[in-house]
Amino acid sequence: MTTLGQDEIEYVTVMIAGQMFGLPIERVHDVFIPERLTRIPLAPLQIAGVLNLRGRIVTAIDMRRRLALPPREKGEKSMAVGVEHRGESFGLLVDTVGEVLKLPASSRDPNPVNLDLCLARVAHGVHRLDDRLMVILDVDRVFALQAEALAA
Amino acid sequence: MNDLLSEFLTETHESLDVVDVELVRFEREPNNAQILGNIFRLVHTIKGTCGFLGLPRLEALTHAAETLMGKFRDGMPVTQEAVTLILAVIDRIKEILAELERSQNEPNGADDDLIRDLECTSQSEAAASASAPAADLSVGTLTDQVLERPLRPGEVSLDELERAFRATPTPEPAAPAPAKAAVADDERRAMRDRRDEGRHDGAAKTHTLRVPVDTLERLMTMVSELVLTRNQLLEIMRRNEDSELKSPFQRLSNITGELQEGVMKTRMQPIGNAWAKLPRIVRDIAAELDKKIELVMVGEETELDRQVLELIKDPLTHMVRNSADHGLGTPATRRAAGKPETGTIRLSAHHEGGHIIIEIADDGRGLDTERIRAKAIRLGLISEEEAEKLTEAQIHKFIFAPGFSTATAVTSISGRGVGMDVVKSNIDQIGGTIDLKSVVGQGTIFRIKIPLTLAIISVLIVEADGDRFAIPQIAVVELVNVDADSEHRIERIKDASVLRLRDKLLPLVHLKSLLRLGEADGEAAEVFIVVTQVGNRTFGVVVDRVFHTEEIVVKPMSSMLRHLTMFSGNTILGDGAVIMILDPNGVAEAVGSHADTSIPAEERTEETRAVAADTVSLLVFRAGSGELKAVPLSLVTRIEKIAVREIEFSNGRPMVQYRGVLMPLLLIDADARLRTEGVQSLLVFADRDRSMGLVVDDIVDIVENRLDIQVASRTPGILGSAIVSGRATEIVDVGHFLPLAFEDWFHRAERSEAALTRRILFVDDSAFFRNLLTPVLKAAGYDVRTAAGAEEALAIIDADAQFDFVVADIEMPGMNGFELAERLCHDPRTQHLTLIALSSLTSAATIERGRQAGFHGFIAKFDRAGLLAALKQSQVELARAA
Repeated sequence: MTTLGQDEIEYVTVMIAGQMFGLPIERVHDVFIPERLTRIPLAPLQIAGVLNLRGRIVTAIDMRRRLALPPREKGEKSMAVGVEHRGESFGLLVDTVGEVLKLPASSRDPNPVNLDLCLARVAHGVHRLDDRLMVILDVDRVFALQAEALAA
Repeated sequence: MNDLLSEFLTETHESLDVVDVELVRFEREPNNAQILGNIFRLVHTIKGTCGFLGLPRLEALTHAAETLMGKFRDGMPVTQEAVTLILAVIDRIKEILAELERSQNEPNGADDDLIRDLECTSQSEAAASASAPAADLSVGTLTDQVLERPLRPGEVSLDELERAFRATPTPEPAAPAPAKAAVADDERRAMRDRRDEGRHDGAAKTHTLRVPVDTLERLMTMVSELVLTRNQLLEIMRRNEDSELKSPFQRLSNITGELQEGVMKTRMQPIGNAWAKLPRIVRDIAAELDKKIELVMVGEETELDRQVLELIKDPLTHMVRNSADHGLGTPATRRAAGKPETGTIRLSAHHEGGHIIIEIADDGRGLDTERIRAKAIRLGLISEEEAEKLTEAQIHKFIFAPGFSTATAVTSISGRGVGMDVVKSNIDQIGGTIDLKSVVGQGTIFRIKIPLTLAIISVLIVEADGDRFAIPQIAVVELVNVDADSEHRIERIKDASVLRLRDKLLPLVHLKSLLRLGEADGEAAEVFIVVTQVGNRTFGVVVDRVFHTEEIVVKPMSSMLRHLTMFSGNTILGDGAVIMILDPNGVAEAVGSHADTSIPAEERTEETRAVAADTVSLLVFRAGSGELKAVPLSLVTRIEKIAVREIEFSNGRPMVQYRGVLMPLLLIDADARLRTEGVQSLLVFADRDRSMGLVVDDIVDIVENRLDIQVASRTPGILGSAIVSGRATEIVDVGHFLPLAFEDWFHRAERSEAALTRRILFVDDSAFFRNLLTPVLKAAGYDVRTAAGAEEALAIIDADAQFDFVVADIEMPGMNGFELAERLCHDPRTQHLTLIALSSLTSAATIERGRQAGFHGFIAKFDRAGLLAALKQSQVELARAA
């Protein structure tokens, strides 16, 4: 859960298909370059595969597919943001990882009503930055919805 | 939870399990004072601790039970009702304990009912025995004892008790056991007593320590990680030759191995722990159904991983219940069938390779084939026509089908909606197999084979569409290589791929299409078929490449992937890559569940038996790199130990004077080292007057094993890997080393001139035998051509019939050796050939069949000397005839 109600929240910013997203910093374990990704046959499309991160098996989630954004071009590099969910390690595959921003709660807006449903489900509001908008990513919902989608 | 309380709970649970078992024994042997003593002591301890911990309900109950048992000890006759009552008390105690464990408080409630019954029994029996002829009364002074609190229900004051004891006359010794059973019983009892003594002695001497399971689990996880890291290092070491890290790494590797073994051992528990409740269960069933059942348990001490133990506990209990309920008849029906009234359920366990085999056998009425058949048809599992064609054994397998229960009367014992299908799926889940054999009127035997541990398994690494996958070795029966030259060929019936394998059609599934990686490429030049067996189904998984076998630590899959039935987990390989582990059960489901698409288990069993006969003695040893190595014992002339100082060097090559000649010593690979002091072990291979010594580190074992090379090797000197006694072992190609010792080993001047002109066609479907025997025959001076099958042999002869001998294997896929011989004998162009059969089956009947087919000689496989002698003799005859 994002820590609302406090004056300032720190976000790790990432770019996914040209859109900036922010993840609450306390949810981010590490940032790494995904290497030797093993694809998993028959797995849902959003699951890019599994990889070995310092002896742990990490499940990589392709955020472009997860958010129904245009898929990555072949050969295009990606970065991974390591997060934990219910004791398991996941890597969220994003295009690039940017700086950490400390943002006042006052610059946060609720999700615009016309936001794409796929995005709206995982977005926890939008921050108005000077030059662009940053969508706040609710990490738990990234997984929660996954489960719903699988059950469906 | 309070430490004291938790320890009390653990101990009491253990004690109660023992009491359960002992009571059932006691009921059968009421005169065995030792058993009673054990029970009394355990109950007494529980009572004492309860008092100490302030658990009044438990204390009162145990006290009342103890009183009754005290009466037994004093000689009151033991009745079934009394034992039932005590067992009921134990059940109550367990209930209270469970509540205690949950809430840490003794639950409210009263046990007056049971206590009253106990007291009643104690008194009435005491009264009954009091009326018996009086015996000597104990004489002594009574000391008044004061209890500093009011008596609780069920309690009597010590004085009263003491008085009662003294007043109670010692009853007559119990009637002697019926004469018929007496001797056996006595012997058995004596044995048990001895065993008991041994156990107690052992317990007194060994120092044990209670360790929380969590600690062990954590250790296990860490060791597993260590093994993985070791494997990763190993991979790096392989790439970097001659590094100075090699020897410390070797040590690290060994220690890791030992540590792994050690930690695994701590998780091992005797299977008897899972059986502890069974005597009681069987007793209750027998009492309820008015049956007489003896439960015999053999191999309780057989150990297996506690995780596996937990998983098989329930299936085993269920199966024993089933045997007691459905398997065994009532005394009356048994008598009518001419069997002893008491039915026997025999539960046994033993180790076999890396597995534990558990058998549950009863001498009951056996499965009712007709009823199962009818039910299978009714449930729509098979059609009536199909049912006609199935053998009894195949029909019996239907009891493992979901929703199958043949008992017409649903009893309280096994009619609980849990069927054999649940048992089977539980066993499947842990990579085990279950089989059954049933003979009407004689009984049923269930045979369960399960791996000793789940944490580390051996897998075969394969490739499909550029991705690697792991297949658990336990499911892999054999590997078949299909390419343009091999005798095997994939055929299609519409969309179904099949392979002819030893006169059977093996259904195939392409891993590539199964996992939707891409379309199966029908034109692939070379593929491998992993013949896989799951339960009673056998099928082939078509893969692009087969790498090697590897010991892996299974890691659970992410919860997001658990719905994928095709995989059972994933792991990190030595090279650091993550790899998915295929679940043979899931694959089997996907192949299709039609019974008729797989080779029926019945026939397979026969085949397995035939193959089992095909065993060879293998000498297992260690040399060079860490893997175990093996060589057929028949090829080894001697195993020698020589003093290191006797080793000389000539031109930089190690030699040793051996029986008057210089014998070159060879190292098996780059990792192998000569010892620098002490004694060096050698395997001596000799051929005529020449010998060579292969330097080995140590001889591990000589085992009888079926030689099944599962993974071919690209390393020179190694034919491939096979599973020998449950461990992956490299089979050494002796033929590779002979020319290394003597460049001219295969083409020496002194070989017989006559032999030079002799040509041999050597036909064997096994590449291993071809590789093994060809150098031997060449060394003996023959010109050898090989064929991988009878069809190929005929083609070769058709093109060029200039052979003198045909040495052929008998058991070959497609056309067998007998048919080949018949064909050759009937063709005028090939009638002159001398035919020699090679076979692992050398029974008189087979030899006669061979003679009729036209074979001139019949030689056991691996009898190298015999083969050479037979060739030589035939040669002399040929010369004489010419």
